[in-house]
Amino acid sequence: MPSNKSVSDAPIVQFTNCRILRDHQLQREDLWVREGKILNPEKLFFDEKGSADVQLDCKDSIIAPGFIDVQINGGFGVDFSLATDDFRSGIDLVSQKILSHGVTSFCPTLVTSPPSVYHQVLPQISVRNGGAHGAGVLGAHLEGPFISKEKKGAHPEHCLRTFEAGAFQDLLATYGSLNCVQIVTLAPEMRRSSEVIQELTKRGICVSLGHSVANLSQAEEAVQHGATFITHLFNAMLPFHHRDPGIVGLLTSDKIPAGRRVFYGMISDGIHTNPAALRIAHRAHPKGLVLVTDAIAGMGLAPGRHTLGQQVVEIDGLNTYIAGTKTLSGSVATMDTCVRHFQEAIGCSVETALEAASLHPAQLLGIEHKKGTLNYDSDADFLMLNDSLYVQATYIAGEEVWRQDVLGM
Amino acid sequence: MKLIILENYSQASEWAAKYIRNRIVQFGPGPGRFFTLGLPTGLPRDHPESYHSFMWNNFFKHIDISPENVHILDGNAPDLQAECDAFEEKIKAAGGIELFVGGIGPDGHIDTNEPGSSLVSRTRVKTLAMDTILANARFFDGDLSKVPTMALTVGVGTVMDAREVMILITGAHKAFALYKAIEDGVNHMWTVSAFQQHPNTVFVCDEDATLELKVKTVKYFKGLMLVHNKLVEPLYSMKEMGAESNQSKKPYSD
Repeated sequence: MPSNKSVSDAPIVQFTNCRILRDHQLQREDLWVREGKILNPEKLFFDEKGSADVQLDCKDSIIAPGFIDVQINGGFGVDFSLATDDFRSGIDLVSQKILSHGVTSFCPTLVTSPPSVYHQVLPQISVRNGGAHGAGVLGAHLEGPFISKEKKGAHPEHCLRTFEAGAFQDLLATYGSLNCVQIVTLAPEMRRSSEVIQELTKRGICVSLGHSVANLSQAEEAVQHGATFITHLFNAMLPFHHRDPGIVGLLTSDKIPAGRRVFYGMISDGIHTNPAALRIAHRAHPKGLVLVTDAIAGMGLAPGRHTLGQQVVEIDGLNTYIAGTKTLSGSVATMDTCVRHFQEAIGCSVETALEAASLHPAQLLGIEHKKGTLNYDSDADFLMLNDSLYVQATYIAGEEVWRQDVLGM
Repeated sequence: MKLIILENYSQASEWAAKYIRNRIVQFGPGPGRFFTLGLPTGLPRDHPESYHSFMWNNFFKHIDISPENVHILDGNAPDLQAECDAFEEKIKAAGGIELFVGGIGPDGHIDTNEPGSSLVSRTRVKTLAMDTILANARFFDGDLSKVPTMALTVGVGTVMDAREVMILITGAHKAFALYKAIEDGVNHMWTVSAFQQHPNTVFVCDEDATLELKVKTVKYFKGLMLVHNKLVEPLYSMKEMGAESNQSKKPYSD
């Protein structure tokens, strides 16, 4: 290779023979990486007179930004809502295993739990970068306990709470600390929710509406106070009604403040939502759709019984129910399965499906300047996929952290 | 001169590309032996992104070239005339331009040697004619006020010093310029006409560009296409021939 006169000594890697997802399209371009970030080759060529140190042939793979899962309750036997002694190693295990699903960043999610669980578990969750050890932790997603009794779904009723007495102080007392919290799901029809939403939004925490019987105006008010997400659309909320669309109506509401976008999570495992409903939501508001797994401890394991916080869950194939009932509780889907199923069910382009799992969650969390895209200077968290959207390799900060074993062993 | 007439823009582009490829292979470049390709600066350098992006996206990123071997006139240099003089020196140091490939403006200019430019001019600062400003507006979102009015250009004399010159002319709007360039006299109002006095010129054009030429001229050169097409037949690649340079005789001379 010609001598490299670049300003930094760090090696420059050029990924060639690939199609990269950029500007919402798959383009036949090379991907350049240096020091864990996506590099601008034009600047490198003209300003630094530099060139690649290593060229890797990607064999015509698709290169897409790494997936970001903002709702995952555990997996591989690990339950994030259980305060165990080796909680940290549980997070490590899951973060390492989901690399093979294409997830490079995630929000460990806690379902409704007693305050003692939050006080023990939350201090053990820290925001950290991903790497060979596993996917990056963006912060916790606290789903409950400030949710509606009527729409509790799989959440334990005895742990539900309200904040009518002390509003934000009640919430803080329940959780103990909000240091590494990224998302809070609550029911906006609860009294004093507006204050709470405002306070959370002020602290940079994303407020999500879910497990709620709110009508559309209550939901709109919540959005006006700062809520930006809907937790698993359609599930655990009032069904769409033509005279009161409820939370679902936010997808086409005209009361959203200017410049803001409402995002909504969808579990596209083929069970939580009928494909027709998935298509209706997507057609109504394609730019807001965020794919989530809502995976539980049983994900990645054989069918049987597992826990989900204070509840026992039975897994049979892809179905996960509260033991002895027909109440869905989380899923055992993996993120890449969701992306594939989504693309098939919607009939959308590969680009759209990939963005729903990468760009949109990054936009939701306000981190799209460094995650969720392959733009120059973004973190080099990306995947190599084949045309059927099976993950072949996962990269974090430009380093390969997982590769599909060709022999399948 | 050789006048190569192809049916349309893509065929003309392909013929020209193959010709350049053959010339490079015949030359047999190696360490210390550079095939110096000259290209017009064309776009004013005041908007650096435009020109560098254009060259990067359309040329440099597709080929295996070391950035040190790319020399672009810097329109932001503190002393523009010194920049131009240094550029001429760099050309000399590289052994002279082996092949200059350029286009032609509707007013018959080569690079930005506008009508009235001296036919023995060297690399210098040039004020742009209205025609050129209008043509360049497409790089500035059609906003005429944003288009720079000055540019650095290689001179007509500089290009005449190249060992071979290839001019690409496509489209009906260039037809009159082509006529002036090859069927009329050498005239500094149509600076491309200077190449009538160059020993090795190739004009590659499409049917539309020949609209102003005499039928006799077009028929004559079309008749020569059988011979001219031999110039673009695939040669053995450098790798296949080994390290020795392959100085095969040119199959056809002017």
